[in-house]
Amino acid sequence: MNIPFLLKKGIGWIITYSVYIILFGFFAFLPFFLKNSYYIRILIFIGIYIILTLSLNLINGYAGLFSIGHAAFYGIGAYSSALLTLRLGVPFMIALPLSGIIAGIFGYLIGKPTLRLTGIFLTLATLGFNIIFVLLMINLESLTRGPLGIAGIPVPKIFSYGIQSQTGYYYLVFILVLFSLGSIYRIIHSRFGNALLAIRDEETAAEVIGVNTVHYKIAIFTISTFYAGIAGSFFAHYIRFIAPDSFTFWESFTLLAMLAMGGQGNLVGPLVGAFLLIAIPEIFRFLTDYRMIFYGLVLIFMMLFRREGLFRNRTYRLRVTPAWEKKESAPQYLIRDKFLTDDLLKEKGDGVSKG
Amino acid sequence: MTQGGIYALIALGFTIIFGTLRLVTFAHGEVFMVGAFIGYTSMKYLHGPLVFGLLSAILFSGLLGILIERIAFHFLRRAPLHSSLLITIGFSILLINLAQLIWGPETQSIPGLKYGDFKLFGVYISYTQVIVLTVAFFLLAVIRILIYKTKMGRTIRATAQDFEAAYAMGVNIDLVFMLTFALGSILGGIAGMLVGFYYNAFYPTMGTLPGLKAFSACILGGLTSLGGSVIAGFILGIIENLSVAYISSSYRDVFSFGILILVLIFKPKGLFGREV
Repeated sequence: MNIPFLLKKGIGWIITYSVYIILFGFFAFLPFFLKNSYYIRILIFIGIYIILTLSLNLINGYAGLFSIGHAAFYGIGAYSSALLTLRLGVPFMIALPLSGIIAGIFGYLIGKPTLRLTGIFLTLATLGFNIIFVLLMINLESLTRGPLGIAGIPVPKIFSYGIQSQTGYYYLVFILVLFSLGSIYRIIHSRFGNALLAIRDEETAAEVIGVNTVHYKIAIFTISTFYAGIAGSFFAHYIRFIAPDSFTFWESFTLLAMLAMGGQGNLVGPLVGAFLLIAIPEIFRFLTDYRMIFYGLVLIFMMLFRREGLFRNRTYRLRVTPAWEKKESAPQYLIRDKFLTDDLLKEKGDGVSKG
Repeated sequence: MTQGGIYALIALGFTIIFGTLRLVTFAHGEVFMVGAFIGYTSMKYLHGPLVFGLLSAILFSGLLGILIERIAFHFLRRAPLHSSLLITIGFSILLINLAQLIWGPETQSIPGLKYGDFKLFGVYISYTQVIVLTVAFFLLAVIRILIYKTKMGRTIRATAQDFEAAYAMGVNIDLVFMLTFALGSILGGIAGMLVGFYYNAFYPTMGTLPGLKAFSACILGGLTSLGGSVIAGFILGIIENLSVAYISSSYRDVFSFGILILVLIFKPKGLFGREV
């Protein structure tokens, strides 16, 4: 272990992850260059939808299920966070994870009976649940003030620091997005994630190998609704006013359109989809009235012409490998071996460069 | 009872489509709405009678059904099921918003649409109710004969059972798929026209809730059973009206979707369903 070796190693690391570092730096320092708080507001909404689309991606993209009522869990998160802070005086830092957990519990209750059946039943149950959720929020007036909505939700407080400015909210949602991305990445690249992919690609085979498919499906459904609840909690504290019509199934369909645009089954697609579908209607302001038409057309045309979305169903590694890190991982004659797939070779290459 | 008849019509159209194509169409409620608006337009601006309105609703909803089938199903036969579902969702969003552009978001009505009512065994029954129920039962009978007594019905049933086998037997399954989708859409369109006529109210989102309630009815009846969906439609209409009468009108929709969830949890095959 001498110094130049470590230096070379460090530079190699920086170059390898340069894309990530540049992206991180860009978004971390963006608020200093954007003077117009309207743009920051749009970015915050993009952040909320990124979390939602990522969590929907867990169900629709990775587990191969099809949920079309995701806005219900988003709404549960928002309502539980609002009620917890307003009625019970729970501080924001506890209400945020707690509302995620509450949404997760509801997700478990919906998922457990319906995931034992074939996929279409889960789809219909999520849709029905979304409708019932909105109707209940409208009708339980003593709890939610019905269609009037809940106003005056307190601002989020991190320890004793109350967030007031748009920039503060921006950083909060930035941290949440990073948290979701990181934890979802860990979930997908774990043993659990492998089991999920196996279920999605070939359910029968996975079952034969000994994967308890129903168990995994319920687990991923619960986890995914947890993230939706967190996004809802942030939404409630950001807008500081929530009403039932923010969480109708049209909202769920919007999420589906984002996922269809960006592409399912990878982590880049949802980010791009959420970004594009929020940003494009804002750029073309005169088209505001036709926003939903745009979403509908996106769904139809994406399905007709590029079913996988902009980013296909594979892992995107935004890495640049420096020249001295590149190593021949296998003898030349083995590379042509059809039984050694590309993925296997890549895995080996990574192992060598890390060690 | 009237509502039950209407739900039965929508649910039947839905079941015909699902039973044959194995595709849940989320655009069914919007076909319903388009049927209603076409009927409305032809009755209001062309001053036609109800029959004329119904005929134009049949024509346009049938054409719309064929369009949706061509785009959502025919091109994507080899694709995973999700893609077709997403396309029908896309259609549903698109149609609602197009209707808002064309006819405006506010509720519209046909002026001078007044029918009296009469008293039978101490119960007031309006003529509109009689008309709606007559048309509904007439259609149910026609569909019953069409599916079970004609050659076309036999090919449809064969395709529903096993489309590959039907194809091997020389059935033109493309045509059958198209016809079934058109047939289901026509039922939806007529139901829409009847609802609009019954309440004399036409608005772009009128199809959403009935369309989704037809889901409930289908699930309750067991997705593939035609008779089951009709009976379930009537049950749903009756339960809804009972809940309005005895509990509260604002919980009406909660009941119909609560049934959906309960059936899914406890008896996913529905009351009369076979294995899906």
